[in-house]
Amino acid sequence: MIWDWDYAWEVFPKIVGDGLRTAVVATVLGSLVAYTLGLVLALLRRSPIRVVSGITWAFIEFIRSTPLLVQIFFLFFVLPDIGLTLDPMTTGVIALGLHYATYTAEVYRAGIEAVPPGQWEAATALNLPRRRTWTAVILPQAVPRVLPALGNYTISMLKETPLLLMIGVLEIAGVARQVGSRAFRYVEPVTIAGVLFLVLSLAASLLVRWLERRVRYRN
Amino acid sequence: MFDNIGLFVETISKGLLLTVEATLGGIVIATILSFVFGLAMLSRLRLVRAIARIYVEFWRGTSEVVQLLWIYFALPVLIGYQIMPLVAGIVVLGLNFGAYGAEIVRGAVQSVPKAQYEGCIALNLTPAQRMRRVILPQSLVEMVPPFNNLFIQLLKGSALLTMITVHEMTYQAREVLITRHVSQAATIWTIVLLFYLVLAILITFGMRLLELWAGRLVGRKPPQRGLLSALRSRRGRAAAITDAAVAGIGHTSDRSGGDR
Repeated sequence: MIWDWDYAWEVFPKIVGDGLRTAVVATVLGSLVAYTLGLVLALLRRSPIRVVSGITWAFIEFIRSTPLLVQIFFLFFVLPDIGLTLDPMTTGVIALGLHYATYTAEVYRAGIEAVPPGQWEAATALNLPRRRTWTAVILPQAVPRVLPALGNYTISMLKETPLLLMIGVLEIAGVARQVGSRAFRYVEPVTIAGVLFLVLSLAASLLVRWLERRVRYRN
Repeated sequence: MFDNIGLFVETISKGLLLTVEATLGGIVIATILSFVFGLAMLSRLRLVRAIARIYVEFWRGTSEVVQLLWIYFALPVLIGYQIMPLVAGIVVLGLNFGAYGAEIVRGAVQSVPKAQYEGCIALNLTPAQRMRRVILPQSLVEMVPPFNNLFIQLLKGSALLTMITVHEMTYQAREVLITRHVSQAATIWTIVLLFYLVLAILITFGMRLLELWAGRLVGRKPPQRGLLSALRSRRGRAAAITDAAVAGIGHTSDRSGGDR
C-alpha cells in the first residue's frame, strides 16, 4: 500500500494544528521585524555620511549573499555566548527578520526613489524640517506603493520557516518529519506538508494580487 | 580563540567541493528548465502553457525543505530504492530554481519590444529564425542580471542539503565542528559565511562576464565601469524582475515595487 488514508487522517490534525500555527506565528513576527528593520536599513543606506551608507551597503550585501540556514545557526550558537539566551523561536524570528530586512530594504529604496523629485523640492520650498519631510511627505507616498512587493517577501518567508526545524522549532515540515520518523512512514505526512504549503502560498499570492490592484487603483 | 582557525578552514573546505558541485549541478538543470518552461509559457498552445504554469506554481509553491524531505524520505518508499543524497539535492535545486528561472525567461522575452516581432514578419523570417536570431539574443541581455540573483539564491539553497546528509560546508560546520568546538561557534560560523560570500562574489563575476558577452551579441558596447562594480550591478532593473520571480507566485508586476 503506497498511500494509507487512515494514517494520513491520523497525522493530518497534528501537521495542520501545531505546524501551521507555528509557521504562521514565525512568518508574521518575522515579517514585522523585516518590515521595520528594512525601513531602517533603507534610510541608513541613504545617509549622507558615507561611512554609514557604506557599512549599511556592505551589511545588506553580506546578509543577502549568505544562506539563511547558516545565519540561523550563527544566531543560535553565538547569541548565548554574548549573554543573550533566547528560546529557539525568538532566535528564528530574529534570523528570518534580519535576512528578509535586507530584501525589504531594497524594496523601500525603490519606493523612495519612485517619489517624484518635485515632492522633495516642494518640501524644501515649504521649509519643512527634514523629519517632517520624511514622515509627512515621502514615506506616506513611498510605503503604500511597495506593500505588494513586501507581501511577496512574506510569502517567501513562509516557505523558509521549515529551516527553523534545524534549531528545534517544529512548524509544518518539522512536524511532518517528526511524525514520519515516529511511524517510519514519511510519504503521507511530507505530502500533506507539501500540499499545505502549496495551498497557503497560492492563497497568499491571491491576497498580494488583490493588494496590488488596490494600490494601483489608488495611484 | 584563534588557534583553531586552520583546522576550521580545512574541515569546512572539505565540504566546499560538494557545495560547488551541488550549486553547479543545480544551475545547469535550473537553466535548462528555465528556458524550456519559460518559452513553453509563451506557447500558442493552451495545453503547453498550462503544463508550464503548473510546473512553475508547483515547484515555487511547495517549500524547498519539503521537496527535499519528500525526495529523500518519501520517494524511496514509492520507487523502492534510495537516491544518492547529492543527486537528490541537485535535482531538487534544479527543479525548484528552474521554476523561478522560467518566470525570468518569460519576463525577459516579453520585454523585447513589439516592433522587433513586426520587423521579423516584415523580413519574412520563420518563427524559429525570429526566436533564435532576433528575440533570444536581445532578451538574453535582460536575463543575465536576474539570473545572477537567482544563482546566488541557489547557492544559498544548497546549504539546505545539510538536512539530507550531503556533507557540504554547512554540514561540515554543524555536524563535524560544532559538536567538538561549540565554544568557538562564532569563529566557525563566520568562516562558513565568508566561504559563501566568496562563492557568491565569484558567481557575480562570472555572470558579469556573461553579461558583457551577451551585450556584445546585440552590439552593445561594454559599459565604462570596471569589473569591480559588478557587485552593484545586481541592483537596478534586474532586482525588479528577480523580486517578482523569486518572491511570490504568479505575475507580480514590476511596476508596484519596481526600481526606476
